[in-house]
Amino acid sequence: MSDTFADRAARATPKPAARRIRGLSDRAIAWIFVAPTIFLLLAINIFPLIWTINLSFTNFKANRANRAVEYIGLRNYERILTDSDIWLTMQATAHFLFWTIFFQVLIGFTLAWLINRKFKGNDLWTTIIVLPMMLSPAVVGNFWTFLYQPQIGLFNYVVAFFTGADPSSFQMIGDVALAPWSIVIVDTWMWTPFVMLICLAGLRSIPDYIYEAAEIDRASKMRQFFTITIPMVLPFLMLAVLFRGIENFKMFDLVVQLTGGGPGSTTELTSINLKREAFEKWRTGYASAYAIILFVTVFGLASIYVKALNKVKER
Amino acid sequence: MTVRKYLAATALTAVVAGPALAEDLTLCWAAWDPANALVELSKDFEAESGHSMNFEFVPWPNFADRMLNELNSGGKLCDLLIGDSQWIGGGAENGHYVKLNDFFDAEGISMDDFAPATVYAYATWPKGEPNYYALPAMGDANGWFYRKDWFGRDDVKAAFKDEVGRDLAEPKTQKELLEIAQFFQGREIDGQTVYGAAIFTERGSEGITMGVTGALYPWGFKYENTPGSYDMEGAVNSPEAVEALEFYKEFYKTATPPGYTNSYMGESLDAFKSGQVAMAMNWFAFFPGLYADPNTGGDKIDFFVNPPQNQPGSTLGGQGISVVSYSDKQDAALEYIKWFAQPEVQQKWWDLGGYSAHNAVLNDPGFKDSAPFAGDFLQAMENVQDFWQEPAYAELLLAMQKRMHDYVVADQGTAKEALDLLIEDWTEVFEDEGKL
Repeated sequence: MSDTFADRAARATPKPAARRIRGLSDRAIAWIFVAPTIFLLLAINIFPLIWTINLSFTNFKANRANRAVEYIGLRNYERILTDSDIWLTMQATAHFLFWTIFFQVLIGFTLAWLINRKFKGNDLWTTIIVLPMMLSPAVVGNFWTFLYQPQIGLFNYVVAFFTGADPSSFQMIGDVALAPWSIVIVDTWMWTPFVMLICLAGLRSIPDYIYEAAEIDRASKMRQFFTITIPMVLPFLMLAVLFRGIENFKMFDLVVQLTGGGPGSTTELTSINLKREAFEKWRTGYASAYAIILFVTVFGLASIYVKALNKVKER
Repeated sequence: MTVRKYLAATALTAVVAGPALAEDLTLCWAAWDPANALVELSKDFEAESGHSMNFEFVPWPNFADRMLNELNSGGKLCDLLIGDSQWIGGGAENGHYVKLNDFFDAEGISMDDFAPATVYAYATWPKGEPNYYALPAMGDANGWFYRKDWFGRDDVKAAFKDEVGRDLAEPKTQKELLEIAQFFQGREIDGQTVYGAAIFTERGSEGITMGVTGALYPWGFKYENTPGSYDMEGAVNSPEAVEALEFYKEFYKTATPPGYTNSYMGESLDAFKSGQVAMAMNWFAFFPGLYADPNTGGDKIDFFVNPPQNQPGSTLGGQGISVVSYSDKQDAALEYIKWFAQPEVQQKWWDLGGYSAHNAVLNDPGFKDSAPFAGDFLQAMENVQDFWQEPAYAELLLAMQKRMHDYVVADQGTAKEALDLLIEDWTEVFEDEGKL
């Protein structure tokens, strides 16, 4: 029998070490493999979370490291939950979240349904439609400020062309009533293609034989749409809603570039408000409590939603 | 001693004593016109000292964020920092800046050689106490510039006389300023629609506060009833302050270009240079560049100090230069300060486009005529007021940004309500600070 490389390596392994390794159980070896991941998870996620919870009960300010830190109990939480300005940012976020998801699902699904039909130039149109989501949100925010510019902005001129209004007579990002819609429009423009792609994947996963069977049963196109297409695409749609919901809850860059949270605080979403508290005002303890409240909110809502999604998938 | 021995002794001395250590210094400041002048000026320092200078210039909207993060994290990026005047309290109390008293004494640098307003605002903490954390580096205030060529047109002058009932000239009061701006608003000049004035309305950093205070100070606004008492009720929301804030809102609503909802220095310059507005507010720091502009500078532009109303008053800009306490090259950084404080360097600083605060420059008989805006600058600096310079200035500033933008741009509530809410916000900050 020839002396293989593995044999030579085994002989070269110091005996005590080899004994130790041979003595390990499967569970212990599994732990050795999993340990680095667990360590990273603890270091990057769990420890900061616990530290943030700890800070949320203090008056700590990161820019005043030499000041004594006092534990102030639930004072930060009480301040946040009774602050009417915070509730206004929550309302602004809810408005943004609801309408962006509504329009993105509506338009995204419609586009996917149209693109799914076989026609000439199908691939070209798909490429053109997905272009906005390839851009940087900061760039998108910046150039839409020019599109919304009342004197020279293309958006105002397009609206003026169809309505006959004077282009300078309305300000999309300067008017309290229009500004919340201005950010909804831009986010919808940018992220509808994402929803479209997910819906397209859903539509293409429906086997043709189901429609053929429905045709044989003389089901109308409308009936096929509501009893085959919608139910089978629904899990994909719900997934798209989950992704967009989480993304838009933490929306920051696009809106900061577009409106800076203004006019006043009309478009100041929670992420913008939180950033101001944490890194401009340096109220670290207060901002930690704020972050924990947002975390619990998003985590709670997402958990409920994922359960619903799983139920839909099981059906 | 033979030649050989002499050479050997010289070489040994050179090795033992060594040359003065040449350092790589980094100076941090905002990215704007005077920063370019400082780069030019600093070449003399490099030649004289053997040190080399690097510069870290950050655009104004991100300057405070970037630099305060740097200081708060104990960063070593900047050896020298030309920080905003409002940072002096935090810089001193949080140990970011080196206290310069001993250095000034040792080097014979006297604060009496600098304009008192600049020493007070840029160098001292607590305010007015002889504890110096910076050398006044760049005097600045918010001023105005206008289209002199439009003001000089016969048709415009006649129309103004008809409509307003007086001659068109530089405004003597805030109310005259508004009248002129309203006169130009929407007017056709050379086939173009033009607007009254570009003012500050920016929400994110400090813009609208700097603009609004340009109206508040001339009306007699005060931060406290008694300095140092943090007693704000009746001062911050005085009837004069309410009137001034209503005035600023009327200005914004009736005399600025459409869409001017989030505008600061850059937008003001753009609006003026593109021929959109008859007048604009901005910092004196930009005036040399504006005067040199080939399209709207020269004979087409002139300047005036922020007009008084109940009293003269201008919003203070400008900065002092400090040595960052986290720097490993403090000796070389102090050498720079010593060099920069020299009267001849200060004169060259002004000649290159920087605004010296040195009395030798400002009190020179030829200073007023050295530039078309020099006299206005002197006048402005006599009546400047600054925002809070407390260590918690960022919280105080952001509260004011919010309340002013909510009222002026977003049309929410009344001026009185905005100022009342501002007092509530500021009271909370001072309570957190343990000062109330």
